Amino acid sequence: MNKTKSIVLGMALVSGAFAASSAMAATTLENVKEKGHLQCGVTSGLPGFSQPDEKGNWTGIDVDTCRAVAAAVFGDPKAVEFTPLTAKERFTALQSGEIDMLSRNTTWTLTRDASLGLNFAGVNYYDGQGFLINKDIGVDDATQLDGATVCIQSGTTTELNLSDYFRAKGMEFKPIVFDTSEQTVQGFSAGRCDVLTSDRSQLAALRSKLADPESAKILPNTISKEPLGPVVRQGDDQWFNIVKWVLSVQINAEELGVTSANADDMLKSDNPNIQRLLGTDGDMGAKLGLPADFGHKVVKLVGNYGEMYDRNVGPDTPLGLDRGINALWTEGGIMYAPPVR
Amino acid sequence: MKKQTVDSKPAGPKPWYDPRVRSLFFQVVAIAAVFWAGWTLVENTLSNMESRGISTGFGFLEETAGFGIIMSLVPYDATMSYGRTFWVGLTNTLLVSVMGIIAATLLGFLIGVARLSSNWLVAKVSLFYIEVIRNIPLLLQIFFWYFAVLGALPSPRQSIEVGGTMFLNNRGLYVPEPLTQDGFGLVWGALLVAIAAVVCIRIWAKKRQLATGQIFPTFKVGVAILVLLPVLAYFVAGSPLEWEVPALKGFNFGGGITIIPELAALWLALSLYTASFIAEIVRSGILSVSKGQTEASKALGLSNGLTLRLVVIPQAMRVIIPPLTSQYLNLAKNSSLATAIGYPDLVAVFMGTTLNQTGQAVEVVAITMAVYLTISLSISLFMNIYNRAVAIKER
Amino acid sequence: MTESTMKPPKKALTPVKWMREHLFSTWYNALLTVVVGYLVVTSVGPILNWALFDADFLGADASDCSGAGACWLFIDQRLNFFIYGFYPDELQWRVDLMFLLLAVAFVPQFIERFPARKWFGIFGMTGLPVIGYFLIPGGLFGLEAVESTKWGGLMLTLILAYIGILASLPIGILLALGRRSEMPIIRGLSVVFIEVWRAVPLITVLFMASVMLPLFLPEGMNFEKLMRALIGITLWQSAYMAEVIRGGLQAIPRGQYEAADALGLGYWRKMGLVVLPQALKLVIPGIVNTFIALFKDTTLVLIIGLFDVLGTVQSTVTDPAWQNVAVEGYVFVAFCFWIFCFGISRYSQNLERKLDTGHKT
Repeated sequence: MNKTKSIVLGMALVSGAFAASSAMAATTLENVKEKGHLQCGVTSGLPGFSQPDEKGNWTGIDVDTCRAVAAAVFGDPKAVEFTPLTAKERFTALQSGEIDMLSRNTTWTLTRDASLGLNFAGVNYYDGQGFLINKDIGVDDATQLDGATVCIQSGTTTELNLSDYFRAKGMEFKPIVFDTSEQTVQGFSAGRCDVLTSDRSQLAALRSKLADPESAKILPNTISKEPLGPVVRQGDDQWFNIVKWVLSVQINAEELGVTSANADDMLKSDNPNIQRLLGTDGDMGAKLGLPADFGHKVVKLVGNYGEMYDRNVGPDTPLGLDRGINALWTEGGIMYAPPVR
Repeated sequence: MKKQTVDSKPAGPKPWYDPRVRSLFFQVVAIAAVFWAGWTLVENTLSNMESRGISTGFGFLEETAGFGIIMSLVPYDATMSYGRTFWVGLTNTLLVSVMGIIAATLLGFLIGVARLSSNWLVAKVSLFYIEVIRNIPLLLQIFFWYFAVLGALPSPRQSIEVGGTMFLNNRGLYVPEPLTQDGFGLVWGALLVAIAAVVCIRIWAKKRQLATGQIFPTFKVGVAILVLLPVLAYFVAGSPLEWEVPALKGFNFGGGITIIPELAALWLALSLYTASFIAEIVRSGILSVSKGQTEASKALGLSNGLTLRLVVIPQAMRVIIPPLTSQYLNLAKNSSLATAIGYPDLVAVFMGTTLNQTGQAVEVVAITMAVYLTISLSISLFMNIYNRAVAIKER
Repeated sequence: MTESTMKPPKKALTPVKWMREHLFSTWYNALLTVVVGYLVVTSVGPILNWALFDADFLGADASDCSGAGACWLFIDQRLNFFIYGFYPDELQWRVDLMFLLLAVAFVPQFIERFPARKWFGIFGMTGLPVIGYFLIPGGLFGLEAVESTKWGGLMLTLILAYIGILASLPIGILLALGRRSEMPIIRGLSVVFIEVWRAVPLITVLFMASVMLPLFLPEGMNFEKLMRALIGITLWQSAYMAEVIRGGLQAIPRGQYEAADALGLGYWRKMGLVVLPQALKLVIPGIVNTFIALFKDTTLVLIIGLFDVLGTVQSTVTDPAWQNVAVEGYVFVAFCFWIFCFGISRYSQNLERKLDTGHKT
């Protein structure tokens, strides 16, 4: 009979554990501060966006977006831990609270914003969907792709766009859906499909991963709008604002000519916009629950948007992507951030 | 058990020493604890979901899915609902499970018997096969078959041809599809009649054997009827069958039946892997039949074939069935590894893409788990019925 | 096969006679031998050429691989990643030490006459996990902390399998006892728990554990990803463990239970002192077999983004610096698993044969 006692005791302990801390409903910022680091969801490996090296050091534009938030909260861009997620896992991981923010080349759509319990905190890369083809099939335009077999990554907007595009053009296709972008490349290079579709920025990176990059080319067509940006959970406006404004600070910093190199000198600047940005005038930080000098920390430790872009995906990197529409609005692009004031 | 010692006390047991009272008390506590834990869990989940603004309910099943699936046994296109994707995934899972179970059983029995062969080489090769295959993770084998086989096959334009009707390339195996025309119903009818006839003959033969001792060659006659009658009907109806031969259209072959490489690799890996376990089960099953049984049946004058069929196999089956059931269950569950190579099974389609597009993880995962539970329970039930049929009938 | 203890006098077996008896006894056997022999000879040659004679073992980078045979150089160059994952170089001695202790604890189990090998085994089940708990993550006693996100490769595979089996053992015992309990509700609950977990694929369990667990828990309560995978694996494994142990409990003759009752032992003493020691000893081979199964199944964690040994290989075979090394990578992983699983299964078979003697009813 004692067995029951211990089973019951065990169950009581387990359920006690469930109930124990149910009253704790702290804000995300408090949670992050208490943990001492930011938990950030990224890809499991996508050059230029988020990619670990052999020692587990992460680099990429999405990674830098996380680092900027960590710099704003802790004054330390290294206070981030990265959770590699597949496209399939990412929203559930964010919803469930496993990660504090998701920065995983994620497209901003209405459904995701409205019914997944998520908020998109801005755009750190304007992208569009394109096609990578094997040169052998002799196609110059996406409209010639009727009947093609297409390799695609599961759980992405590209999956839906592809379907829409082919249906609108009255063409047929066969989708081969893989879990990770690595497998997608593996499938493409093994000849499983004629076409690989993904965001254009990724196509360049994926092409560079092929054994023979010359055998493949990127078609000129862009079939969709893919504004990519960081995502947070709904229901915590303070955290949403923090992520949104850290990104805005980076874009504004580029516009105002503040870089990581001159951030310290700029503290002496007379320009009121720069003073507000760097926290020497008007306590912008306090309104977000952050230190007054958060802007200075972000720009000095991580850099402005332009630096982030050039470092990870710009023309001097293996991806070699021109700024294009991602240039500032003052320079012919559409990258525009609301003012810090 | 303790009752006697307790009862023997003259004062009678205090209620808390009475095992029945204790038993009742603990069970009540246990069930209360489980309910409480379950309720807390549900409440946590609901409040978490509400505070995070996640939509709930099963309404999403009606919404338009909007994504394509490469292979489906039920009609499907991107304009259909998420509920439909569930059926597509489910039928694909069932397809590969059933194909795998059939192939693994045949191969497993073959290798199990070969393992006991008097031919040294055959026995050793079987042993080698078993020891290599079953000690390597299945997921690795799936990757291996998928990427190794895929790399070895030619592109569609250099397809391997068999008689101009079957084509093999790295997009799959293309075979002609039979299209039934008017009048094919006659063939189905003939098949039904043939089955009925065979059942009748079998009953009659058994009755006659019991009465007179004469043996009727039921098997040979049965096969003859099953083959001849439908074939006869087929020609009488004027060959109401046309073959749609696959042909190269654009980048790929169209028409006919396609076996996609994902299905082939998964099927191959599942069958080969499970067969190595079934072979060991079959071997130990056959070895479990004691030599005395064989000798006794020989002494009765039964031939080798009859000894095997009437004495050894029925007894071996009793040992084989229970572990075989769990291998079938394993195979069905392992088919979920499809998601690793992009075969659109239930986990890949429904728990993958659908879950991701709708974000309703709790509902989708609950449905998926319920499906696997149902599949498992059905296989167990079916095999239990079969097991009861072959079990020793104690009289 | 049972063989009589007294063997017949040895026949003078010449190779020719042996072949006639074992390879060409009947016409169909002869045909079979020829066909199978032909297949074996034609496949072994190219495989050996690829894997050994034409293969490249030494060099500095991909250009040193001729492409004629296997490029083992790739494995050689990335071995560190395959074994330790992202674990920092200068701290890898901690992992090495654990590997060594693991070997010290379990290698003696394979050697029949090793003195006091039981104690080594007990150390492996108790002391080893405790040492590992402090050593691998670090953070205490001046050891530098290494977050679990940096663990990977073979080391992670072993951690998952080892902790999974160790933690599922006590839960499995409780469930098995529950399933054989005389109280209908306890029995019912155990049956439901066991059957539900056994019915669902590990992938769905891992997926749930990896992304949905925090949804079930109160806000603010959270574990690391690895920990959550371990919870999932343990619960799933404990259902299988319960069934193995139940088999052992059923094999103990009724008389043992009755004798314990007659001695006036209570339930826990009866089970703990009389029944379980016998039952557990009986099911050691079964436990070892479930361990092998679990060991192979740990590869599934790559689907939820943990880098086990297969995950590390899978992520490097697409490296553009190396071309077409997928087969080499997979063969390497297959070999790692095969060595472990085959060795352990041999051990369990020996044990089964040895334990078999006493308990035939």
